[in-house]
Amino acid sequence: MPADREHHHHDHDYDHGQEPPSDMALRVKALESLLVEKGLVDAAALDAIVETYEHKVGPRNGARVVARAWSDPAYKARLLHDATAAIAELGYGGRQGEHMIVVENTAEIHNLIVCTLCSCYPWPVLGLPPVWYKSAPYRSRAVIDPRGVLAEFGLALEDDVELRVWDSTAEVRYLVLPQRPAGTEAMSEEQLADLVSRDAMIGVAIVKPPVRS
Amino acid sequence: MNGVHDMGGMHGLGPIAPEADEPVFHARWEARVLALTLAAGAWGRWNIDAARHARESTPGAEYLRMSYYEIWFAGLVKLMLKTGLVSRGEIASGRPAAGATKSMPPLTAEKVAGTLARGGPATRGGTRAPQFAQGDRVRTRNINPTGHTRLPRYARNHVGAVTRVHGCHVFPDANAHGLGEQPQPLYQVRFEARELWGEKDARGKNAVHIDLWEDYLEPA
Repeated sequence: MPADREHHHHDHDYDHGQEPPSDMALRVKALESLLVEKGLVDAAALDAIVETYEHKVGPRNGARVVARAWSDPAYKARLLHDATAAIAELGYGGRQGEHMIVVENTAEIHNLIVCTLCSCYPWPVLGLPPVWYKSAPYRSRAVIDPRGVLAEFGLALEDDVELRVWDSTAEVRYLVLPQRPAGTEAMSEEQLADLVSRDAMIGVAIVKPPVRS
Repeated sequence: MNGVHDMGGMHGLGPIAPEADEPVFHARWEARVLALTLAAGAWGRWNIDAARHARESTPGAEYLRMSYYEIWFAGLVKLMLKTGLVSRGEIASGRPAAGATKSMPPLTAEKVAGTLARGGPATRGGTRAPQFAQGDRVRTRNINPTGHTRLPRYARNHVGAVTRVHGCHVFPDANAHGLGEQPQPLYQVRFEARELWGEKDARGKNAVHIDLWEDYLEPA
């Protein structure tokens, strides 16, 4: 397909209506019109799907799972034993999260999630993957040079920490349970969830202690 | 297939470029491509393995040049043409063919939440007893199929240890090509970095865990 590489980088202004629509915007609009006219797709269903992944499903879901696991040892045990069921307790599940496994970071073990073959990612708890996760540089090097990849994200791992990379080749989806930072003992589950980033649940970051003001 | 999509272990593909405060979509058309792919998929004319194969079959140089949702768009058009949901003439003209009857979309707005919540589990009842158990050493087969496979090149003909038995899962190598689901045991297998990359280049205390179907494995 003769793709125009320049356009998609400049589409941030799409809401302003000042630039002419890109080649891709026109082609996708044409296909959508055709499929709606043929009765193959329902435009309102498309809106509902976009609304779901743009506003309802995202890494805040995963952060709530992590915060619950940090706050409730029994929940953490269930999460590590049967992640799909434990995540469903919080109301999350479904497409691209049908078979979940949670891997726990400890002082001895750090975990990193990748999909070298495409873009497999646990949608119900993290939403849709960021561009870098789907891109060639990350997919290629996460398995052969994971410490170098972490260094690129500013994370230096001690030599004696074992680094486990999880390549999502099947319909099993992985989520990292980061280490709970020191100094958070008095925090509520909600406050803890605010500390947990998407990157920490992929494994390219750790959860930092709260900044004291 | 030994395509460029199978990137694990390659060098020279550039720096990772995380974007601060990245939006979910970078343009409205990206959002529509995702939604169209899910909505058209509701016709059940293809499965997730066929969809992945449609995308990875993009010629290599184009695959590397295209953005993620450009690849999805090309894959969607390919699948709809192949399964007859649309014709080349309709794609070219943007209009339904003369005399075409209007269908009823299977996925309506009120069904979206339920459909996404159900997802598409890949597990199937105990159709085949697992040949391996946790702790068993296994060697991945040296296979180079021209069709779809989920055994990455970097992990072929290597020895690992089974760390988990997942149960029977749909076999992508068959399912992608209309050969049925052929469910079989799926295993989580751990490979030490030095086994995959050699002593000299393993660079630290690393291991890679990969989910692999039984047909990819033999006893080691």
